[in-house]
Amino acid sequence: MADLPRGAVILADTADFTTRNLSKVGYSDNPLTDGTLDGYEVHAFDLTGLAVAAVTPFGLGRKDAARTKNMFALGLLTWLYSRPEQGTLDFLARKFAGQPDIRDANVAAFKAGYAFGETTEVFTARYQIAPAPMPSGTYRQITGNTALAYGLMAAAAKAGLQLFLGAYPITPASDVLHLLSRTKDHGVITFQAEDEIAAVGAALGASYAGALGVTSTSGPGMALKMETISLAVMLELPLVVCDIQRAGPATGMPTKTEQADLYQAIFGRHGVAPLPVIAAQSPGDCFDTAVEAVRIALTYRTPVILLSDGYLGNGAEPWQVPNVADLPAIDPAFTSEPPAEGEFLPYSRDEKLARPLAVPGTPGLEHRIGGIEKAAGTGNVSYDPDNHEHMVRLRQAKVDGIADGLPPLVVDDPSGKATVLVIGWGSTYGPISAAARRVRLSGRSVATLHLRHLSPLPNDLGDILRAYDRVIVPEMNLGQLAMILRARYLVDCESYSRVRGLPISLSELAEDLLAIIDGKTGIDRKDNR
Amino acid sequence: MTTTPIRDGRPGLAGVPLSLTPLNRKDFTSDQEVRWCPGCGDYAVLAAFQGLMPQLGIRRENTVIVSGIGCASRFPYYVDSYGMHSIHGRAPAIATGVATARPDLAVWVITGDGDALSIGGNHLIHALRRNVNVTILLFNNRIYGLTKGQYSPTSELGKVTKSTPSGSVDFPFNPISLALGAEASFVARTIDSDRAHLTEVLTAAVAHRGAALVEIYQNCPIFNDDAFIELKSPKAPGVIRLVHGQPVTFGTDGSQSVVRRPDGSLEVVDTTAADPAQVVVHDAHAADPTAAFALTRLTDTGVLQQAPIGIFRQVERASFDDQIRDQVHMPEPADRMTALQGLLNGSDTWAVN
Repeated sequence: MADLPRGAVILADTADFTTRNLSKVGYSDNPLTDGTLDGYEVHAFDLTGLAVAAVTPFGLGRKDAARTKNMFALGLLTWLYSRPEQGTLDFLARKFAGQPDIRDANVAAFKAGYAFGETTEVFTARYQIAPAPMPSGTYRQITGNTALAYGLMAAAAKAGLQLFLGAYPITPASDVLHLLSRTKDHGVITFQAEDEIAAVGAALGASYAGALGVTSTSGPGMALKMETISLAVMLELPLVVCDIQRAGPATGMPTKTEQADLYQAIFGRHGVAPLPVIAAQSPGDCFDTAVEAVRIALTYRTPVILLSDGYLGNGAEPWQVPNVADLPAIDPAFTSEPPAEGEFLPYSRDEKLARPLAVPGTPGLEHRIGGIEKAAGTGNVSYDPDNHEHMVRLRQAKVDGIADGLPPLVVDDPSGKATVLVIGWGSTYGPISAAARRVRLSGRSVATLHLRHLSPLPNDLGDILRAYDRVIVPEMNLGQLAMILRARYLVDCESYSRVRGLPISLSELAEDLLAIIDGKTGIDRKDNR
Repeated sequence: MTTTPIRDGRPGLAGVPLSLTPLNRKDFTSDQEVRWCPGCGDYAVLAAFQGLMPQLGIRRENTVIVSGIGCASRFPYYVDSYGMHSIHGRAPAIATGVATARPDLAVWVITGDGDALSIGGNHLIHALRRNVNVTILLFNNRIYGLTKGQYSPTSELGKVTKSTPSGSVDFPFNPISLALGAEASFVARTIDSDRAHLTEVLTAAVAHRGAALVEIYQNCPIFNDDAFIELKSPKAPGVIRLVHGQPVTFGTDGSQSVVRRPDGSLEVVDTTAADPAQVVVHDAHAADPTAAFALTRLTDTGVLQQAPIGIFRQVERASFDDQIRDQVHMPEPADRMTALQGLLNGSDTWAVN
């Protein structure tokens, strides 16, 4: 009920409101009749009974007949929202092609639901959903994990490299392994390893050998991979690590979403081990984020952590299919010839502080790399104190420099008058932008900004944060980005945190933002460290 | 399944390009100063390796050595090819990625008893069962050397070390038994003090297509000196030389014979008392690893007095990486983009105008 604004329409199936069911969920009285739902538009009717009656001619058992209530409800909603019926009818014909009685019963229930809406005069309003304003193009439905897999493939193709995925089964990341395992005709190698460590190890080995090494996992797997990610930082080899976050710690709630691995991604290694961290904001955006991860990994010779989460990974949205030809080329720029003079220096630097990569099999460039600190230039083992400090600072400066190549941030503030900025990252994009729309519809102003690059942070972020009276940071954790922003910019960013394993409720967020904008505090500081 | 062309009888190197010019030991010697302790057995293995590599005829740049952590894992720094000194225990995993991505590379794994059998035990057994085309040299000195003298998973019971002042109560692995249990297709043991045998076994191992595990008894003169003293001489009575097709006899002038009991287990008897028909004839190519496993049990678990060396098992089985590559088809660049576009479009699209 917390997700439902006052005045909303409630369709209730009275068949389920039995005394026994009510007591199971802790109700002594029937909320349909005791006034609990005053202020809502309640339509209570025996939905199950209506569906069962509609499918009587098909002779289904009691249980199967009752199950058609979902189709009855869908039929009713189809009428209520003025949606075309044919798509659902085609789906049912396909889905139950082998079970004609089940098919016909579901079709009958669906049509009965539609007719119920049309003929019952209790519904005073019927809704027409206008097409969403979207750029013209070809669209399809896509889940985050699919978009992620396709983005990795597209980036590998644009770089002219073979994609190698090393992975170990883990919820909610396994679909990335499943999807890429079905793309062998695209040259993709997948390796289901004996554990998370081997999965990232093999990916790193493949990268070393000149492929594009990628590993996908969730929080517990990230913890296991971290030593190898540190090695990739030290070796300065490209590697993409996809963390489809779930509620933790430990096993936590594997099927529930959370975005509490930000600290782990940015800080979770021993030693000074900086690496870029980026996050996807919607299912379709997982594609672009994957392409960006590959671009950074190959350009800067670094492991990149890509953060998605269960909500994005399993969630789907309409997605404008990109034209492969329009995607920017990615140049892995492997070194293939010995230098004109002098020896090959595998740890020398270009203007972006990236090192040259010579893959095994390249004649004349034989060299050894390893986890021991290396002398600048040659890469030979070095315990020299000054060299270590130089290399530590150099690896940091290389990652910091990625920010220099980022486009300017775009703040969304249609009125241009907002004094409150809501800043987020990852899958909170949906609730934040919807809540902001609701706030704006009420006549108030609010600015929103969503970050893709979380490490390094964009160069223009500090000035943006300082331009607002209040900065609110909604996150599905206890304020990880908020703490980073406060530490980095000394701006009093306020954490708005929800860790229920569910996406942040847009209704709740909208109400809280209204209170904040109207000068009531709106954030319980005790609950929002 | 792809049939692998056999090059010079070395299917393990099929796909690795040949060197256009003859190479010599110096070509496989890097400019880095070798930093093992004086008298370390690692020197002998490095010398045998650097002597062997030019004979293989493959290009130097197509050799990759991946090591873990430990004294032996410094090995790649000393060989002028491509190499990676990686993480404790993880070399087989990293090498799996290298070998799967690149059939034109000869991939070696350098590891030790702590690296391969303790922290990296999982990766070792899985690389073996998968039969990834890598050659694994397991330097077994039965001690942790780099960390200065703790007992290892191959140290004998009762071993007194810095971490076991009252004697170890940790029962050791027999690495050869373990490898056979892990379905390894090539399993051998050799010893650092017998250069000829070492070279012979390494030559056979690199020629094998699939995972080849070579346990090398390697003396650590600082923390576990003389652990293999009873086996040091090629003629030592405790050395049981396994030769495919030959009866398993050893000792001074072959005084001892290995015979099979009626229950299938093995025992050592005086050759004079042995029924020649009962003496085991070594069959490294037997599909069933049972007989090879029985031979591994002739190894002392405690202080070594007696151990078989040679190739315990060498059988043909399709390698993991070959089979992966057989399944994967990389289209030509233009076709790749077309196929990708088709995949992105999927089967259910709509147009927004």
